[in-house]
Amino acid sequence: MNRASGPEASPSGPATVVLAVASSIRFVFVRLGVLPFLLLLALLVFAALSDNFLTSRNLLNVVRQSAYLTLVSMGQMFALLTGGFDLSVGTILALTSVIGATAMAGAYAAMPDAVALSIALGVTAGVAAGTAIGVINGIGVALFGISPFMMSLGMASVGFGLALYLTGGMPVYGMPVEFGDVFGFGTTLGIPTPVLVTIALIASLYLLVNRTRLGRHFYAVGGNIKAARLSGINTRLTLFLAYVLCGAMAAISGILLTARLDTGEANIGATMPLESIAACVIAGVSLRGGIGRIENVVLGALFIGLVQNGMNLARIESYLQIVVVGVLLILAVGADQFRLRYLASRRG
Amino acid sequence: MERWGEGGSSGGEDPPLLALSGITRRFPGVRALDRVDLELCRGEVHVLFGENGAGKSTLISVVAGALRPHGGTIRFRGDVVDLTSVHHARTLGISAVFQEFSLVPELTVEQNLFLGAEETSFGMLANSRMRQRASEVLERLGFSLDPGRRVALLTRAEQQMVEIAKAFRSELSVLILDEPTASLTEHETDRLFTLIEQIRERGVGIIYITHRINEIRRIGDRITVLRDGRRVATVDARTSEEDLVHLMTGRVIGQIFPRIRHAPGETILEVENLTTADGFVNRVSFHVRRGEVIGLAGLVGSGKSDVARACFGLVPIAGGRISFAGEAVTGRAPRQMLDRGFFYVPADRRGEGLMMMRSVRENIALPALSTPAWSRGIVLRRKEESALARELAERLDLRPLRIERQVGDFSGGNQQKVLLAKSLTREVGLFAFDEPTVGVDVGTRVAIYGFIRDLCEAGAAVLLISSDLPEILHLPHRVYVMCRGVLTAEFRGEDISQENVLRHCFEREAA
Repeated sequence: MNRASGPEASPSGPATVVLAVASSIRFVFVRLGVLPFLLLLALLVFAALSDNFLTSRNLLNVVRQSAYLTLVSMGQMFALLTGGFDLSVGTILALTSVIGATAMAGAYAAMPDAVALSIALGVTAGVAAGTAIGVINGIGVALFGISPFMMSLGMASVGFGLALYLTGGMPVYGMPVEFGDVFGFGTTLGIPTPVLVTIALIASLYLLVNRTRLGRHFYAVGGNIKAARLSGINTRLTLFLAYVLCGAMAAISGILLTARLDTGEANIGATMPLESIAACVIAGVSLRGGIGRIENVVLGALFIGLVQNGMNLARIESYLQIVVVGVLLILAVGADQFRLRYLASRRG
Repeated sequence: MERWGEGGSSGGEDPPLLALSGITRRFPGVRALDRVDLELCRGEVHVLFGENGAGKSTLISVVAGALRPHGGTIRFRGDVVDLTSVHHARTLGISAVFQEFSLVPELTVEQNLFLGAEETSFGMLANSRMRQRASEVLERLGFSLDPGRRVALLTRAEQQMVEIAKAFRSELSVLILDEPTASLTEHETDRLFTLIEQIRERGVGIIYITHRINEIRRIGDRITVLRDGRRVATVDARTSEEDLVHLMTGRVIGQIFPRIRHAPGETILEVENLTTADGFVNRVSFHVRRGEVIGLAGLVGSGKSDVARACFGLVPIAGGRISFAGEAVTGRAPRQMLDRGFFYVPADRRGEGLMMMRSVRENIALPALSTPAWSRGIVLRRKEESALARELAERLDLRPLRIERQVGDFSGGNQQKVLLAKSLTREVGLFAFDEPTVGVDVGTRVAIYGFIRDLCEAGAAVLLISSDLPEILHLPHRVYVMCRGVLTAEFRGEDISQENVLRHCFEREAA
């Protein structure tokens, strides 16, 4: 803790400045973690690699592309907060997409005049199907005490198999064009619909987490489930709701993505489990539960979107991009371990 | 202060078997050991005496190689050694039997005995040789255990035997025993003491931790008293109990324990023939009234905690009846008991009490989130939460008074204050404190006793579950004693004496 502020240090001006900068960098790192540095680094690197990167059009593009991951990551955060995780988020996207598209196309074919009604039916069916996976995960984890790893891994297989079985592996066509026009490509005041939906959900989840009893219960269950129980919290219900919320967020993401693609696809979302957990962990959500903030998770998801967009612009091959995401995840977790050890040593 | 025992065996110029000097060890927020010296001679039983949290466990962990000191030197047979690991200490013949067992429940007795030192031939496990040696060790110790039995299936006393046998696996020079009799019957204790006699005659030095004065009298040679991480004195084992308590606490008993006014009111908790599904509690009946402090005494594993936990709804109940303030509440969940005004404060702060990585404010608020003072509907009242949490932290004298700091960064005593503060967030008629002073210093201890007095004199009922004998003898108005899941005695007033309580803590052998 000895900063260079003593009288003997003052004559060497530049040295003090360097030390002051170093100590404020350390301060930011200790307080906020590795994410601010990664964001800064990504911005610098990609701005240098491509002239098109730092344009407002491209940055809006990044935000729009990141909306789907942001939604899933926020859901994933609830599972992580309670000390578990959800590996079935990708499957939820796929199942939502397939069932939503099938229901919508069916309704539209049966009543070609009722466009709004068939869209509403399709969205409801899709989101309900996706959320149902979350409900089953929640029952398995909270009621039967199955480990979140096995439960969600099993459901990932179940959901993916169902989505393939229902479609025979083929894309589902036949949805009204208005669906894609409004929910996929539409804008309000220049802001794309998926971004608007995401912003609304960020705000509601922020309030849920920070201002309501249920939000506090998530932290308590992940922080110390026994202490939570002794404090009169319904720990099973809390755990259950974490997975339901996670499923619902992935389902909403899935239906928005379906609108963007204009087809129901069983093959979307395969990278979602990894990317959503990566976004959370980079944002400082603890894998042991009890720690995490919504606003940081949003930044984490944006960061991953930013990196992917930058790599596209810099013409890095898509297969290599998958490698980069994995490396980033490991680096972020390593840096966080380093930070925790540093914190512990300072306390000693 | 110091009277070095001039035992007959250590008259010559031989260096002591083990000599620690200036051992210091820090943990985040505390200095667990502060320049501690300790000398152990061949054939000596050296007792470590001190309160919970005085540094005894840390000290033996250092000697056993489980913790490395931050300062000081360790001499073994005169040579400076740096004990890098438990394994390293074992190769020197230093073995420890810790209170918390280092056994793998899924492995058998013999697999546990040789864990980390498996014998092999040509790279393969030499199972038959190990089995034979395991039988030899067990036989030599007189333990009737089947070496092929899985440890998970053994009783606690049997597991203790395996733990002890593990220390005897190889040549011994120093044996460390941490409250080895805590879960043994009288018969098993006698056998252990015979064993200790045998090995000390062979020149083994023994470091022995106990709280029991009669054990010190029986086998001890010298006593080193620790307090707050420092060595207070090393005295002869014949030192009187009053002197020892004085050394241990730095106070006279009257200064530590407050007088609590006894004004029994209505009966708040009535338990009849309570039997738990796991069988740790067997047909226990008792009652608690408002305005009194009730002690629940017994050894570790006697079922005293389980009684309170069953009443609070944490342990499934197989039979019996519980009524709270006149209402039948058998088998209710913790949430429902809290709503009725029963608050259970668990013994295990870290495991069950607190969320270590969350702030003091959030921890204090947790039990009360559903009450109108802390939330409106589902929405938290954040401003009131901060104000109330700060008020409670102040009332319990939390140091430093920073309610946004994470609980894990506070010292053990201050964590305990946060745990107690939680119980003040709601309307409570009966407080059950499970080992409320484990691992706290004397100052905090006095504060906690004052806290209990205030609650009781304000008309609440207090159930004090404790393994700390002085606490049980001096605070409660009535004491129930438990042994092996059965209530063995009830004492009140003058009858609450060490002799009476201890006698009923132990299982009487069938004559």
